[in-house]
Amino acid sequence: MKGMTDVATEETAAHGAEAGAEHGAGLAFHPLDQFQITRLFGEGPIEWYTPTNATLWMALAVLVIVFVFVFGSKGRALIPTRMQSLGEMAYGFVYKMVEDVAGHDGAKFFPLIMTFFLFILSANMLGLLPGSFTPTSHIAVTAVLGFGFFIFVTILGFAKNGAHFLGLFWMSDAPLILRPIIAIIEVISYFVRPVSHSIRLAGNIMAGHAVMKVFAAFAPMILISAIGVVVTPVSILAITAIYALEVLVAFIQAYVFTILACVYLKDALHPGH
Amino acid sequence: MEIAAAAAMGKFIGAGLAAIGSGAAAIGVGNVAGNFLAGALRNPSAAGSQTATLFIGLAFAEALGIFSFLVALLLMFAV
Repeated sequence: MKGMTDVATEETAAHGAEAGAEHGAGLAFHPLDQFQITRLFGEGPIEWYTPTNATLWMALAVLVIVFVFVFGSKGRALIPTRMQSLGEMAYGFVYKMVEDVAGHDGAKFFPLIMTFFLFILSANMLGLLPGSFTPTSHIAVTAVLGFGFFIFVTILGFAKNGAHFLGLFWMSDAPLILRPIIAIIEVISYFVRPVSHSIRLAGNIMAGHAVMKVFAAFAPMILISAIGVVVTPVSILAITAIYALEVLVAFIQAYVFTILACVYLKDALHPGH
Repeated sequence: MEIAAAAAMGKFIGAGLAAIGSGAAAIGVGNVAGNFLAGALRNPSAAGSQTATLFIGLAFAEALGIFSFLVALLLMFAV
């Protein structure tokens, strides 16, 4: 797939772009080109240690978080400054979410959940800058977050509850005859969780950015044909509207990823229906 | 009609059919939000505590619409 592999070598990336250009059958623009992983400098294939645009923007996301929180927690005034207030609001928001959903013994997993929320939020927000790259639009990044958390939660569930953890799949509210069937369905839906968890974030961000690129491709129509007098202002308004939606989606997707992580954590700590 | 042209046509028709899924997602999301609104107008003081459930429901309904939009995009630009 052209735009969505992340350890693509230069050769396969170029081949994919070529094939895309041929397959396009006359399509003049390629809105999925923005998701391609490219080297930052130098030539040659992309190894695991190569600095790419993905690693750069992930590093920038982390730096932004560090900047906000280091400068936010320097003051410790009773009446907070703006930066301190920002840090305190983010902390209180996520802490309240963890405690409400995962319970009091879930609160010790707060640093992990806070890391998810802040990383996804700042990666999404930085991806809205013109000309930037959004690491969370790649299924590779979000799958590591999603599957990694799923493996962690499953191991935690077995470590904390032993065989009782399997009580998660055994609905004691259902009639005895139906319980095996429901158990099978519950097991399948448990294993689908990391898939939907990761693909929701990647799909939302990728779809939003691709839609923006499609409208952006229509915007310079005024330069090539007369119908551009109508098409250009409409598409510029559309880009503005979609951009506003994308800012909202950036925040909502970070929130949804985090709150679902809290729900899965609660299931691991207190299994059983 | 040769294979390449038929394949291109099939791609575009397939992308159009896949986009119907986005409309279905709109119905689902509207359902969730509408039921939340109906409940919140009946019991306003309990509405605040359920906004988390609202967002989780919206996310699940929207995710499936995004999956079908993803299929449409993949057919258009990456096949």
